Order: sequence, then C-alpha cells, then structure tokens
Amino acid sequence: MESIKYQNFRIDAENICVDYNGKVALYDANLRLKPGQICGLVGMNGAGKTTFFNALTGFVNISKGKIRINGESVRSAQKDQTIAYVPQSEGIDSQFPINVWDVVMMGRYGSMNIFRCPRESDVQAVKDAIERVDLTDHLSTPIGNLSGGQRKRTFLARAIAQRASILLLDEPFSGVDIRTEKLISELFIQFKNEGKTILLSTHDMIHVREFCDLVLLINKTVVAYGETSEVFTPENITTTFGGISPDFLFGPES
Amino acid sequence: MELCSFLTLDSFITDPLTHDFMRKALLMSSLVAAVCGFLSSYLTLKGWALMGDAVSHSVMPGVVVAYALGLPFSLGAFIFGVGSVALIGFIKQKSRVKEDTVIGLVFTGFFALGIVLVSKIKSNIDLHSILFGSPLGISLSDVKQTIFISLLVVILLSIFRKDLMLYCFDPRHAKTVGINVLFLHYLLLTCLSLAAVVGLQSVGIILVVAMLITPGATAYLLTDKFDSMTIISVLSAIISSLIGIYISFWFDLETGGSIVLAQTFVFLFAFLFAPRYGIFKLKKFFAGYK
Repeated sequence: MESIKYQNFRIDAENICVDYNGKVALYDANLRLKPGQICGLVGMNGAGKTTFFNALTGFVNISKGKIRINGESVRSAQKDQTIAYVPQSEGIDSQFPINVWDVVMMGRYGSMNIFRCPRESDVQAVKDAIERVDLTDHLSTPIGNLSGGQRKRTFLARAIAQRASILLLDEPFSGVDIRTEKLISELFIQFKNEGKTILLSTHDMIHVREFCDLVLLINKTVVAYGETSEVFTPENITTTFGGISPDFLFGPES
Repeated sequence: MELCSFLTLDSFITDPLTHDFMRKALLMSSLVAAVCGFLSSYLTLKGWALMGDAVSHSVMPGVVVAYALGLPFSLGAFIFGVGSVALIGFIKQKSRVKEDTVIGLVFTGFFALGIVLVSKIKSNIDLHSILFGSPLGISLSDVKQTIFISLLVVILLSIFRKDLMLYCFDPRHAKTVGINVLFLHYLLLTCLSLAAVVGLQSVGIILVVAMLITPGATAYLLTDKFDSMTIISVLSAIISSLIGIYISFWFDLETGGSIVLAQTFVFLFAFLFAPRYGIFKLKKFFAGYK
C-alpha cells in the first residue's frame, strides 16, 4: 500500500540530514514534488541548496532520513537516468578541452555500453536537444569559446538529451543574456507540459514569482514550503535570509 | 672524433643505434613516455599534479622493500603508491590540516623512509638509479615488467577513456547518471601509481612527476579537443624522450635529467608559440597578413 502512496511523488525527501565530517549542512529537510511541478529553492549562500541537490542526485550520502525518487531509491534513479543536474556556471571548468556536441553526448553516457559508443538513437537525441536550445550553429565550438548563456544552454541540452523526468538546476539564470533567459523560460513551460518535475535554485526573487508553482525556503533546514503565492512572503524571506529585510532583496518596488 | 661524426645529422641519429643498450633505452623510454603522456592529459585536467608528485615519491620505500625481499619492484611500488594516497585521504578527513599540507607531509615521510631503508638494508640497491633513473642500464626482467605494466595501463585507460574524461570534467553528472565515480577515482589512482613505477626507470623518482604533467600541460596549450590533447601529449612525450636520450649520449649528460629538460623545452616552445594560447599568438599574427 505504502509504495502506491509514494508513487504519486516524483521526489519524496523525508527528514533528510547531511553532514560533512560532523559539520551539519542540512537537517530535517522535507520536500515532495509531483510531475509537472516547478519548485524554487531559495536560501543564502551556504544555506544548503547545493547540498540538497547533492543529496537528491546521490552525490553525497544522507546521514538520516529517506529519499524516494518515483517511489524508488536514489541508486535506482541513477540507473534509470531519472534525474538530470544542470550545474551552476562556477561549478564547471570552462577551459576544459571539449566541444558542445561532446558535452551534450555525456547526457547519454548512462544508457550506453561500457565503451560509450553512441548509437543512432543517441546521436538523434543529442541533435534534437541541441536544436531545442538553439545551438545548432555551435556543434563543434569548444565550451571555452561560448558565452555564459550559450554554455548554460549546452548543459541544459545535456539534461534534455538524458531524457530525465526530474531536472535539478543550480542558478539557471545567473550570468545569462536576455535571449538565453527567454529561451530557458520557454523551455520550462514545455517541460511542465511534458510532465517533468523541476527544482531550481535562484537568487533572483522575481524569477521565483514568475516560474515557480512552489517554493522551498531553506536555511540549513526548511524555513517554509508551499505554494509560492502563500509562502513567498516578506516575513518568510526575512527569516530565510537571517533578518535582512525583503526591501533590500527585492528593490524598492516590492 | 665524436665531434666530427656529430656534424652530419645522419650519423647523429644512426651512431647511437649501433649500441644495444641505446636501442633498448630508446625503445623502453618511448614506451614509458607514451604511457605517462597518455595519463598526463587526465592528470593535468583533473589538477592532480601534486598528487602525482606525492605518489611518485611515496613509491620509494616500496621499491627498496621489494628489492630486499626479491619481489618484483613494481609490486612494492604499487602498494606504497596507493597506500600513500589512502593515508593522505585518511589524515585529511580526520584532522583540520589542509590538503596540500597533508600531501607534502605524507610523501616526504614516505620518501625519507625509503632513504633510511636503503642505508640500512645495504644490498645491491643502486640508490642513484632509483633517484635519477637508469634507462641505459635497464635489465631484462625490468624490461618485461615495464612492457607488462605499460600495456595494462594503456588498456585500462583506453577502455575507460570517456568515463575518465567525464570524471575529470563533471564528476557530479557522472554520479547522477549512475556511473561509478569511486571506481574511476581509484582507477585513475592505480594508473598513476603504475605509471610512476615505469616512469621512474626512465627519469628516476625525483623527476617522474615531470613525465606525468609536462606533456599534458604542453598539449593543453595546443588544442581544444580532448582526443587531440591525448595524441599531442603522447607524441610530445615520446619526442622529448628521444631527444633527451640522444643529447645525453652525445654530450655525456645524465639521461633522466636530459629527458625532462627536453620536455620542459617543448613546453616552453608551446608556451611561447602556441597558435591560440601562446604568448605570441601566432594565429592572430598570420591572420593579420591575409
């Protein structure tokens, strides 16, 4: 019976804790997301946003709690290519000698054989993904020669090529041009209609209002979670950011 | 007499080939250079230069103990190479000392242990050849070991070529799509230890780290493609190694030092004249003429 209940949720994280050598990075955090939901993850630097992502992808082990992805373990979610992670710009070495095509092809690695030889279907998936992010003219451009926005789109294409049902995006809007921002927001609507679940971290409060159905405010643990219209209040934001007034964060017009 | 024959390029190249030990040295050093050059692309991109230095120094006591016990010296070297990395990881995790300090501390400790052991065991171990390499005096059993280890490393790296590239580039993505990152970490570490073991015969323990990072760094300045980087790295390693051995033959110089010095000069050349990333950006220069 219980497994049926779980299967309604794409992500079901229950009371998770993560610590690095005894230093607590995240404790008693809960999150439940259904297909087609977009959730914003908001918190200060060091509040545990990246740690939360790492726990969901299995990059760090949780010391307590339980994570179910589509009702199954993180391990089998990895095997099934269920989760795609789009790193923030600072998280990758932009001078690495690799071009757009090869980065996007990495999205297919998990479902290839041990030598990672691309099949016809892999090539097609990569082509389609690159087309969706409008980088067809840059197939063989080294990532070091791309603009910040183009690089962001490359990693988004990798997530698309992976055909994951859950997308985790770390600061998808930081350091991108207006064109990329528009393209990403259009993709978000498509993803939503395809029934994908999106969890994105952001510093930009306006983006949360614009895209996110739900918002998760964290400061080492969950400060508030729920519908954006209900939870994303000046009081909650002030608590999340350790007492800094939302006027300062939003600018005068809020 | 030497100077006279030196004047024609033909005899400059062919004369040394009349010696059996030179033919062997050139072949073995090329093989070792190829292996180290292959691995070098990964190490420079992963930022493991210091790790390479640590592992190569730490194999010292292993070599000595293996000699004393009559075991293949590669076995001892391998155990101590991997052991040093495990110890570095353990101390880093259990103390507040910073990583680069722990690395420096552990490998010098291992290296010192090796030196002390040599002075105590006093068998027929030639300290000089361990420290500075002896490609000209390589024995038949060493040749067999070197070929075996080299093939092993090349096969491992070839099979996991793409996975290791992904591991160096974005380990988080690798983990997310179910690739065993811990396995790749230890695979790279194992290859590093093995490459250090074969490399130390050419240039010795002290300089082997150069074999593991300089070719990769040179190639990194010359290309934006990973596969080309690997090929350039291997070629530059082999060419430097050949140049080094020839120079050392004709001018009677320490062979290991000559090989590494040749690599350094190749790097400097790339540093100055690489088309896109050199100090004098030749690509721009020539483009201006069109």
